[in-house]
Amino acid sequence: MKNADKKRVLREMLFARRFEERCYEAYVERKIGGFLHLYPGEEACAIGVLEAAKVGHDYVITSYRDHIHAIKSGADPKKVMAELYARETGVSKGRGGSMHIFDIANRFMGGYALVGGPFPLAAGIAKGIQMQGGDEICICFLGDAANNQGTFHESLNMAKIWNLPVLYVCENNLYGIGTRIDRSTAVIDQYKRVSGYNIPSAQEDGQDVDLVYKAANKAIRHVRAGKGPYFLELMTYRYRGHSMSDSNAYRAKTEERMWSGRDPVIMLRDRLIEAGQLTHDEFKEMDTEILDEIEDEIIRYAAESPEPPASEVGRYVLAENDPWVKGGVQ
Amino acid sequence: MADIMMWEALVRAHDEEMANDPMVIAMGEDIGVVGGTYKATLGLYDKYGEQRVIDTPISENGYTGLGIGASFLGVRPIIEIMSVNFAWLAMDQIFNTAAKVRYMSGGQLEAPVVIRSPGGTAHQLGSQHSARMEKVFMGVAGLRVVTPSSPRQAYGLLKSAVRCNDPVFINEHELMYNMKGDVPAEEYFHPLEGSEIAREGRDVTLFGYNISVHWCLKAAGLLSKHHGIEAEVIDLFALSPLDREGIRNSVNKTHRAVIVEEAEPAVGVAAEVMAIINEECFFELDAAPVRVSALNVPIPYNHAMEKAALPDENDVVDAVRKMFGV
Repeated sequence: MKNADKKRVLREMLFARRFEERCYEAYVERKIGGFLHLYPGEEACAIGVLEAAKVGHDYVITSYRDHIHAIKSGADPKKVMAELYARETGVSKGRGGSMHIFDIANRFMGGYALVGGPFPLAAGIAKGIQMQGGDEICICFLGDAANNQGTFHESLNMAKIWNLPVLYVCENNLYGIGTRIDRSTAVIDQYKRVSGYNIPSAQEDGQDVDLVYKAANKAIRHVRAGKGPYFLELMTYRYRGHSMSDSNAYRAKTEERMWSGRDPVIMLRDRLIEAGQLTHDEFKEMDTEILDEIEDEIIRYAAESPEPPASEVGRYVLAENDPWVKGGVQ
Repeated sequence: MADIMMWEALVRAHDEEMANDPMVIAMGEDIGVVGGTYKATLGLYDKYGEQRVIDTPISENGYTGLGIGASFLGVRPIIEIMSVNFAWLAMDQIFNTAAKVRYMSGGQLEAPVVIRSPGGTAHQLGSQHSARMEKVFMGVAGLRVVTPSSPRQAYGLLKSAVRCNDPVFINEHELMYNMKGDVPAEEYFHPLEGSEIAREGRDVTLFGYNISVHWCLKAAGLLSKHHGIEAEVIDLFALSPLDREGIRNSVNKTHRAVIVEEAEPAVGVAAEVMAIINEECFFELDAAPVRVSALNVPIPYNHAMEKAALPDENDVVDAVRKMFGV
């Protein structure tokens, strides 16, 4: 990553942290309903990988922990928050919610709520890219626990035999909902599991955005060069529970302290301060700016936006006025 | 008009649609080199190549999801699931993704996939190869379900399904691929909604779909010949959405209804048609509607037991005679 970009990446990661923390508050205030899965602690994964991608050109797909992936893909944070507030101005017009952020104009192909569901969808998007003949790739972010679904194995197998341009990024946060990885998974290092499909893979520290960026660059070069799928495992940690309904009582305090000592935002901040590229005051100013932007622009936009009219509940079930339903125009 | 078999009608529909649009692909188990278990894709591998006629691994949920993902980018996959019993494995992607993605994305994304699969009971295939699953598919919003009773419908429904922007599940029948029938020589697109009057009648309406249309037609012949009862037969080729208007019009005319299905009765097509009759034309009825269904058992291997588990035209005749007290 170029030095010139690092300050912006730090700002994006800090923004992601503050955005998600504000979602937490809004959920507690009951402004946000349903299930809410937050990203603090894992920021370097989505932001580091997508910093190395061509956002808006490459396709991105992920699970229900999707706000930050969408924003880094180019989605307007105001419209993401409006979606969480279930407003017509939300990215998915208030029909999707936190787990179903979609921004197709920016090629963010959605958040999906079935663990492991996006594996084959990503391979299919890659098949579409292959048929169109472009140099895009599909990047699929999922957690470690998704790898215990059949779709993981089925999709890796198909991606390999058809040489599909797909990068699978495993955000290994060590827990599948509330079950620690060593209690649910026979092989702890997820990157080793793909060797059975003859797919190249790597494992990287997911807390260090510089390392994530470097590893993602290598992975993306491989996929974009037409060499087929790649699997990148990023070791990371989520500070909050799986979702807001999670008491988070299953993790040892010592483990949590250990990981908060490797905070991705703080690590990059300190690195930039040490290198003389940032001062403490500048960081504080950046934080204040972000907090103000979230409050004055993003939350305000969401709160002031109209809800979708309940009378439109029947829209978007099927295509509107599709001529082929009547056998075409004859 | 030419008399061809249903599998030939399906090959023709695939071929025309693949020739028309380079983004149309076919995928499924053994559909390429082998040409399909029921020959529905015979010859297409040689003509269109392995990029467009894709032999998949035996990974139903995986390749169905892959087809759905490809459809996000404008690919129009025709996915064959070799037996509807295997489609249970793909329910996650069909229901959770294909049927819901337009809605939950606020109309930004759609999944124009066609999923074809043979269901029904055949000759002693046993419990795990005799599923009749149409009622499961038609119970989920966001999915169209059609089911052909003839080569003409099989051809025209597949062609319209490929062009339609909704996900369409086509419920075929294991026993009907060699059935012969007229298919128009010129290109033909069958509507994906509505119903057809397979036989005009005035005394009672027999509702059937797919194979049970043929039981209804045979029963109507027997009823006319032996009892002077003129039955109307309605072919419900569209199961989702069902043709409320067609159902209402026929019952308003005959005032009696028998619904015939190959599946177990619970939560089924007949139950749904009866509910529509209740809602649309209850006061037109001269008798309570009756359903003719399979027994509520897994399908046995033993031939006599298998026959006992399933309805046929004689059960339809018996149901109508009972209704008329003759």
